[in-house]
Amino acid sequence: MLDQAPILTIIFPLIFAVITPLLGWVKKEFCYPWVIAALCLSSVCSIITLERVLCHGVIHYHFGNWSPPWGIEYVIDHLNSFVLVLVTSVSLLVAISSKRSIEKEIPQKEVYFYTLFLLQVTGFLGIVATGDIFNLYVFLEIASLAGYALIAVGEKHASFASFRYVVMGTIGACFYLLGVGYLYMATGSLNMADLSKILPELYHSKVILVAFIFFMVGLAIKMAIFPLHTWLPDAYTYAPSATSALVAPLMTKVSVYVMIRIIYTVFQPNFTMEMVPINSIISWVAVAAILYGIIMALGQKDLKRMFCYILIAEMGYMLGGIGLANKMGITGAILHILNDALMITCLFLVAGAVVYKRGGHHISQMKNNFKTMPFSMAAFAVVGLSLIGVPPTCGFFSKWYLILGAIEAHHWAFLTALILSSAVNAILFFKIVEIAYYGEESSSGVPHVHVGTHHSHSTIDEAPASILIPLGITALAILLVGIFSAKIVSGVIQYAVPPNL
Amino acid sequence: MEITESIQPLLVVSTPLLCALLIVLFGRWPNFREFWTIAASLVTFFLVASMVKVMYGGNAVACRLIEVYPGVDIAFKVDAFGIFFALLSSFLWIIVSFYSIGYMRSLNEHSQTRFFAFFAVAISSALGVAFSSNLLTLYLFYELLTVCTYPLVTHHQDTEAKASGRMYLSILLGTSVAFFLPAILFTYFSAGTLDFSPQGILKGTASNGMITIIFLLYLFGIGKSAIMPFSGWLPRAMVAPTPVSALLHAVAVVKAGVFCQLRIYFNTFGVDLLHTLSLDVFLIYFVSITIIVGSLFALKQDDIKAMLAYSTISQLSYIILAGGIHSYQGMLGGVLHIVMHGFGKITLFLCAGSILCGSHIKKISQLGGIGRKMPITMLAFLFGALSVAGIPPFGGFISKWFLALGSIKGDQWPILVVLFTSTLLNLSYFMPVVYISFFGEESEMVKGDQNIHESSLYMVVPLMFTALISLVMFFYPYPFIHLAEIFVKSVMGG
Repeated sequence: MLDQAPILTIIFPLIFAVITPLLGWVKKEFCYPWVIAALCLSSVCSIITLERVLCHGVIHYHFGNWSPPWGIEYVIDHLNSFVLVLVTSVSLLVAISSKRSIEKEIPQKEVYFYTLFLLQVTGFLGIVATGDIFNLYVFLEIASLAGYALIAVGEKHASFASFRYVVMGTIGACFYLLGVGYLYMATGSLNMADLSKILPELYHSKVILVAFIFFMVGLAIKMAIFPLHTWLPDAYTYAPSATSALVAPLMTKVSVYVMIRIIYTVFQPNFTMEMVPINSIISWVAVAAILYGIIMALGQKDLKRMFCYILIAEMGYMLGGIGLANKMGITGAILHILNDALMITCLFLVAGAVVYKRGGHHISQMKNNFKTMPFSMAAFAVVGLSLIGVPPTCGFFSKWYLILGAIEAHHWAFLTALILSSAVNAILFFKIVEIAYYGEESSSGVPHVHVGTHHSHSTIDEAPASILIPLGITALAILLVGIFSAKIVSGVIQYAVPPNL
Repeated sequence: MEITESIQPLLVVSTPLLCALLIVLFGRWPNFREFWTIAASLVTFFLVASMVKVMYGGNAVACRLIEVYPGVDIAFKVDAFGIFFALLSSFLWIIVSFYSIGYMRSLNEHSQTRFFAFFAVAISSALGVAFSSNLLTLYLFYELLTVCTYPLVTHHQDTEAKASGRMYLSILLGTSVAFFLPAILFTYFSAGTLDFSPQGILKGTASNGMITIIFLLYLFGIGKSAIMPFSGWLPRAMVAPTPVSALLHAVAVVKAGVFCQLRIYFNTFGVDLLHTLSLDVFLIYFVSITIIVGSLFALKQDDIKAMLAYSTISQLSYIILAGGIHSYQGMLGGVLHIVMHGFGKITLFLCAGSILCGSHIKKISQLGGIGRKMPITMLAFLFGALSVAGIPPFGGFISKWFLALGSIKGDQWPILVVLFTSTLLNLSYFMPVVYISFFGEESEMVKGDQNIHESSLYMVVPLMFTALISLVMFFYPYPFIHLAEIFVKSVMGG
């Protein structure tokens, strides 16, 4: 049974997703516990998988006992078992928090929402688990299609935002598929391990080069790397809160994972370093993404949109870490997959809580929230400090590795961008804190101050526990992952870093 | 030097944190809440004091918490210098706790629970800075100190507080993120460790140019030490309630800044390394500008607390002189000035708060004749002023004396001139205040208000107490001198 854990991680959400509409047809209240059950099972399986990988090394799972390269193979190593646990646990937390906000934001559509939610998670898990580049494409499409629908059910502008995403996302997927096609044409194989053996002899082939570039462009669109990010802010701003909290942290992180796989597993670092100057291109694009993200975030008046631009800047961190192509940089990038997923989840959960209580996500909805929503704001303070990079929150620690990597590679521009981004994050964070802390300022300039200590208790108007608990867990995780980051790095990530650097 | 493992440093740092939690839980019952502040401050002080004996033997107490990077821990190591600063902070916390209760209640301030809770967290962070055994731990508590003092500085939550809060954060967080953190990373990249060591860790690990860059990054990265041009936040932070200005912006926060500076010069670079690169000479001339300019700014202030803030800016740089005067006495004097200035300046701030509570006066120009109505407060003010200016028989004289001796020994005659000029300037901004309050004509504010009286005992007793200590420090400075000697000897190589 335990041998089946890798595949069960993916099968549970898939099977449960298929049954969800039937349950919802009987009684729609059944859907929520059903989804939670699916994700709990999946989380447990993913943790078992991680544990087995840590104890026994890489797991190869052959579908239907067809041996690779003919059959589809799932290869679970340290890198993807780690990402699997991340995906299952974040989606479980978001699922728990989704109940009340979904009831409020998209009433009557819960059944479809939860079905798609599970399909979305299935897609993410499949992308991460598979060792086959075409199978990866299939799951990429499952995840994307579910994502388009989940976004489209949101606010007024959501359907248009989703349509833009469909167009861009499909183009991205096409690039990826073309890359797969070119590689298959040149090598006759779709299995990652197999490809990495065949490819080195063909490194000088133009076909391989084009395939590689197509992969990169396709993934860059999915990762929302500047300048291919245009679909992201609208899509995640107008989506329902629960969708944003699920898709924003995970879709981009899963794509980062795929990029690491393509560059460092399917291709070898010596290809990327010698044949094409892709590393320096990547890290310069990363610098541009960071700068663009933080500058745009500064100008936003909408909470969720601001978080979207922060996300775009954060993608630059990871891309830059990949591009540095040294041990520190990749360690930082992989650690940041975890940290950033937590931070972005936390940000969008806060946004969800604010939307739930205040009915909107304009920045002015944060007014006076330290008094009225102290717990949400405490979580927001933690994630804010993490974005700035204040120890012991986790954001500090990935930044540490990334900056050390930048020093080692003498990439001063990336270093400067990282530091600048910390500084701008500080401005963004305290901009919101100011709004939430100083309360209303009347036009005459006379501040509105609550006098007395005891009244504050009566004005608390917090989001429901089903939102607060996942939020609290995420905020706590941000702290704990920071404090125990050495354990995470030495226990998991150091094995996940490609050995051939 | 023997190092004993003990969880005592952790207890010291976590007591105020626990206290903050209790304050929040007991927020509904003000008397209970205040009980926790007082109790925690006493416990913290005794925990700190119980470690002093180990330090007198030249030994250290260490406590490792958790490894966060290969070879880098979050860890405490208490040595003579650390206990020196911790002793001062934790002792003054007791005094200021009583004072804050009197102050906050007499002005009927809002959100007192928040105030006391964050105050305790700030003390915890300052103690964490004192006990850090490496740069990462230091940075952690340094940043925590910035963040947790923000709600204290902006306590009034009005437009002025908002603007000051922005200034506070943008300078303190900005410099630490932009300069301090990269400096730490460059140090780690060069030396492969971040631990403090008596002779420094950077020697021979990087090129001279690189070390100079790292040095400058540290110099400007530690905004809390208020070296010009990054000193603007301190006068602005005076918008905070007076106990915050007193304990945090005369002692805990700013001294944490200079503590970091000295810690890094002595235990990261090492005295010799700075000397061979002539960075020490650069340092003392650079901070001399702050000493003089800070005093000049203080001259033209009319707000009492603003004047005190500029005076603090100037005096903090005295302490940093220790990092550059290459002589035993000079270093001793600089380190001692942490304590001597601490007692003197906190007295002055406590007096300023007492004047505010007793008469609602904030301006120097309105102080005429107030000394006749609030004699104890103004007498304490005189004591504090004389000590800060470095006039015998007050504690400030001792540290200034050693600094002056040190600059002669270290062949830095111009510094002697700087010290004397600054002393004259100190006297010329303090003495008029004392003079007009006792002998001057009664101002409109004083004349118009018949209710001016000494503040409550909660406030008067603490300020008398610190004023007396400033005096006692002249006659009996040995507990602190002894610790400073042990530390200075260790960094000079025995």
